[in-house]
Amino acid sequence: MEHISQVLWQFLVKWLTDFSLFPPEASKIAPQMDALFFFMVLISLIGMTIVVLLIVGFSILYSKKRHPVAVQIEGSTLLEATWTIIPLGLFLIMFVWGSLIYFRVYTPPANAMNIYVVGKQWMWKAEHPGGQHEINSLHIPMGRPIQLTLISQDVFHSFSIPAFRVKREAIPGRYTNVWFEATKTGTYHLFCTQYCGTNHSAMIGDIVVLTPDDYRKWLGESTSGMSLAQNGERLFASLSCNACHSGKPGSRGPNLAGIFGSEIHLANGSTAQVNEAYLRDAILNPSDHVAQGYVPIMPTYQGQVSEDGVISLVEYIKSLNSNDRVEQTLNTTTLLPESEGKATTGGQKPGGANPAKQAPASQGMVKQ
Amino acid sequence: MEHQVDTTSFAMWLFLVTEIMFFGGLFCSYLIFRNWYYPAFVAASHQLSIKEGTANTAVLIVSSFTMPMGVWCAETRRKGALVLCLCLTFVLGLVFLGIKYDEYHEKYEKHHVPSWHYSTKAFTDPASDPEVHKAYPDDKPLPLDMARHTEVYFGLYFAMTGMHALHMIIGISILGFMIFRARAGAYTNGHVTFVNNFGLYWHFVDIVWIFLYPLLYLISRHA
Amino acid sequence: MSTDTVVRLPDQSTARIPKVNFITKENGLLSWLLTGDHKRIATLYLISITFFFAIGGALAGLIRLELLTPQSDLMSTDTYNKVFSMHGIIMVFLFLVPSIPATLGNFLMPLMIGAKDLALPKINLLSWYLYVIAGFMILYSMMTGGVDTGWTFTVPLSTHYVNTNVITTGLAIFVAGFSSVFTGLNFIVTIHKMRAPGMTWFRLPLFVWSNYAASILMVLGTPVLAITLVLVILERAFGIGVFDPAKGGDPILFQHLFWFYSHPAVYIMILPGMGVISEVISTFSRKRVFGYTAVAFSSVAIAVFAFFVWEHHMFIMGVSNYSTLVFSLLTMLVAVPSAIKIFNWSFTLYKGSITFETPMLYSFGFMGLFTIGGLTGVFLASTGTDIHLTETYFIVAHFHFVMVGGMLMAFLSGIHFWWPKWTGRMYPEKISQLAALITFIGFNLTFFPQFILGMLGMPRRYAAYPPEFQVLNVFSTAGATILGIGYLLPILYLTWSLKYGEIAGDNPWQATGLEWQIQSPPLTENFPEIPIVDYEAYDYEWLERKEKEVTRVG
Repeated sequence: MEHISQVLWQFLVKWLTDFSLFPPEASKIAPQMDALFFFMVLISLIGMTIVVLLIVGFSILYSKKRHPVAVQIEGSTLLEATWTIIPLGLFLIMFVWGSLIYFRVYTPPANAMNIYVVGKQWMWKAEHPGGQHEINSLHIPMGRPIQLTLISQDVFHSFSIPAFRVKREAIPGRYTNVWFEATKTGTYHLFCTQYCGTNHSAMIGDIVVLTPDDYRKWLGESTSGMSLAQNGERLFASLSCNACHSGKPGSRGPNLAGIFGSEIHLANGSTAQVNEAYLRDAILNPSDHVAQGYVPIMPTYQGQVSEDGVISLVEYIKSLNSNDRVEQTLNTTTLLPESEGKATTGGQKPGGANPAKQAPASQGMVKQ
Repeated sequence: MEHQVDTTSFAMWLFLVTEIMFFGGLFCSYLIFRNWYYPAFVAASHQLSIKEGTANTAVLIVSSFTMPMGVWCAETRRKGALVLCLCLTFVLGLVFLGIKYDEYHEKYEKHHVPSWHYSTKAFTDPASDPEVHKAYPDDKPLPLDMARHTEVYFGLYFAMTGMHALHMIIGISILGFMIFRARAGAYTNGHVTFVNNFGLYWHFVDIVWIFLYPLLYLISRHA
Repeated sequence: MSTDTVVRLPDQSTARIPKVNFITKENGLLSWLLTGDHKRIATLYLISITFFFAIGGALAGLIRLELLTPQSDLMSTDTYNKVFSMHGIIMVFLFLVPSIPATLGNFLMPLMIGAKDLALPKINLLSWYLYVIAGFMILYSMMTGGVDTGWTFTVPLSTHYVNTNVITTGLAIFVAGFSSVFTGLNFIVTIHKMRAPGMTWFRLPLFVWSNYAASILMVLGTPVLAITLVLVILERAFGIGVFDPAKGGDPILFQHLFWFYSHPAVYIMILPGMGVISEVISTFSRKRVFGYTAVAFSSVAIAVFAFFVWEHHMFIMGVSNYSTLVFSLLTMLVAVPSAIKIFNWSFTLYKGSITFETPMLYSFGFMGLFTIGGLTGVFLASTGTDIHLTETYFIVAHFHFVMVGGMLMAFLSGIHFWWPKWTGRMYPEKISQLAALITFIGFNLTFFPQFILGMLGMPRRYAAYPPEFQVLNVFSTAGATILGIGYLLPILYLTWSLKYGEIAGDNPWQATGLEWQIQSPPLTENFPEIPIVDYEAYDYEWLERKEKEVTRVG
């Protein structure tokens, strides 16, 4: 008996202490969302109370015992109007308030630090601009706006941080993004919330929020070598992008220095904003993104570069302010093992051959 | 009796509305992808045979004449003429399917069936396909990524014409049954509802084709 | 006359079930399997739907058992994924969508409008056969490995990344869809063309209005599901590319096409339930439904708005922020007619003469639980809170509140209410009231903790979860056990009542409505003479005058 009660006691204690009703508020947007949430709870409680009072109250007052003869009432336009307009008004308040929060969450500020997250069955890979790679975890500094640019390598996944009150779908084929600013250090849950197959429930991890100093320390410790941009530069050369995008006048491809963030005029007359999504699309579906004044000769790199590779290339192009290093890589490209027999330097035009045919179709995936 | 006719006619119209919603999903998908990948859709459409498409359109339009002729025959109790009209419609339906089969076969031979050894060669190098190249000499070679999108066109082509052909097969089967019953006089004794309602169905199948034909075959043809 | 019940039964010592009724009219299996009688078809549906509900319920039991512990220890994650997928597919397509329309709707529609049968009896029978075929296909699929894509078949998971029976299950749902379309088509034609003389639109019982609205949704929405499944099958089998980003396709296109049906589908499920509530609340308050016109129009309004809100299932999927404004606003608008109904039903009680028989208890349960479910829907309609709450157990709780706390309670309410008409016998009142109470308690204990789990962030479709979520999961499973008992009891006592229940007579509830003016169980041809209607719906005063003229027994 004593033994049983001891076990029961331990069980109860564990339950009572390891038990919460509400996730921690660890981001700037969390309290804002919680305020709306509590408003909705309040309105729901009031609404429920009204309905329950009406049902219970009328049931008692007008039970057959107390009120044996029913009075036939057709209706009341006034009442109909009341209980149409008041709920509608309350719902519209929730609509406006909620939409404001939604736009806030999905409109990253310009100064947000960008981290790429690639989801695949069944893990999350986070890639910091400095080249730090993490699997199923994300270290971030407190007090800075952080943007996540998400993509999936296979099926739909969803990157969810309950403590921050944010989540975003990671879709195959294009980037999605979300941003947040952490306000409390600590470790928080990361979940995949879009069913993605066998190990969907194992696709979880930790969001580690550090003070800015601790974050710098962590960055220093976990650098694995090249930053994303540096890796991108390497890929840019080995995939022969520099052959056409050399930055020289008269080159076959547009100059990419400083192009990120600008508005580009396309050959079909429309304009486009050059952001990460545009760059990714232009690498994989170049025919849709021919710049004005150029011809559609860029080969597609679909199937030859992974999402990680694309991310590196995008980061590289983002960092490109001048073409000096591009020129340098042109001269050293032929030394890279992956590009044997492929690349030509900017000064030598391939004799008569259609540049489109130079697509390295037989190379397979370029390692990064 | 009149009430019964009225009821089943209403039911058939309502059923046709559901069919519109059914095909609607396909048309919606088609319009989206055509908007995104217009050059691919143009190039892929040039691979279809205008001759066979137009022939099929003519076949269906004629059958949409023979069918109501049949309804009139039923109403005016002309048994022999009714059977003839139904048989003509039946044969025209078979002709349509025969031409369709020929088109599908050609697509198969040219490796334009999605996932079945699909080849984009005809689009990246139009000169490799002399027949189509002669008909459309101005067609430029597509870049590989745009050429890959032609597979979506053919996917939708087979889905849409396939779904239409399935409805044709169902219709022809019912026609077969009707010819058999018509010979026994089932529709020339005042009970024309079945023939009438089937006529509605047949017209619907025709109208779907009237939309499919320009969308799939006539993408870049202007006056 | 008793002061706390409205039930009036004939003298049990002399009462008999009428010798000639739709059950006894013809004998033999074939007379049932080849029948055109809407009442027999409704009976066939009732049996088959109960069968599939039991299977779906057993799967739910397995889910809750697994979730007792944080680890994935009862079954492998692959098996768990199949269990919740099959639970969803069976419950949605083989139970919820057909339930009230195919059973109560089929049985009552012609009776309520004064017709001999539905407009297209053969199509009605075809509907049932399509349902049974779909059911067998799903059973076959289950026994040969099942499907583990979730009931939502998200691509590219379902087209390229699983090797389970997606195509078989997709085809099964395609067939079930046509069953649904034909039922809806039958109802619309019947209501338009076969009302008795004098039965104008605004004299129709509200049950008819609700089923009419649901039928519009069935007829216009289901074909889109059908074509979506066709595209998924073609993508999976032939790689046509419409959903494959590598070929230029777009998986979001699937989402739009799928939810274009699946959102109206939830209104297909709830509208007939709302129709039942109108009938029951009215009968057990002895009053015409408050604001008849408002309730009738709100059903149609829900049906219309239902088609314009589907993107609210996709708010976080990278759709344009501005599009979410449109769909969030429309979703708020679609919530209003439901709120109107709840208030109208509440005010029907005002100055009524209320008794608390089992159907009324279930209806009260519906009103409370559907209000919670509907209000939590508003939490999700507001895009800001949706970000945090979507794809978590909050969603699971929300839809179970409206589907199970709402729809299933309405179904049970209706079954109990019309049981005497259908079988000629009363169910046992005390045990059924107990079962209603057990169901209500069990339901709340099962699903309310799930709102909190969702708020905490526990994702849905998880076989394993962090340990701090265990307490709430244990409560939920405990509730599920109680709920299971609550659902088992009616199956038992209703079957018992077929032989031992009291004889009900024509109108044990003293209800208005044409179905209560004929014998129980009804004749095959329903009415000995087609009635001529010259009074409004829910005319209790007319009923009283008529009662004084004629008293009929058995």
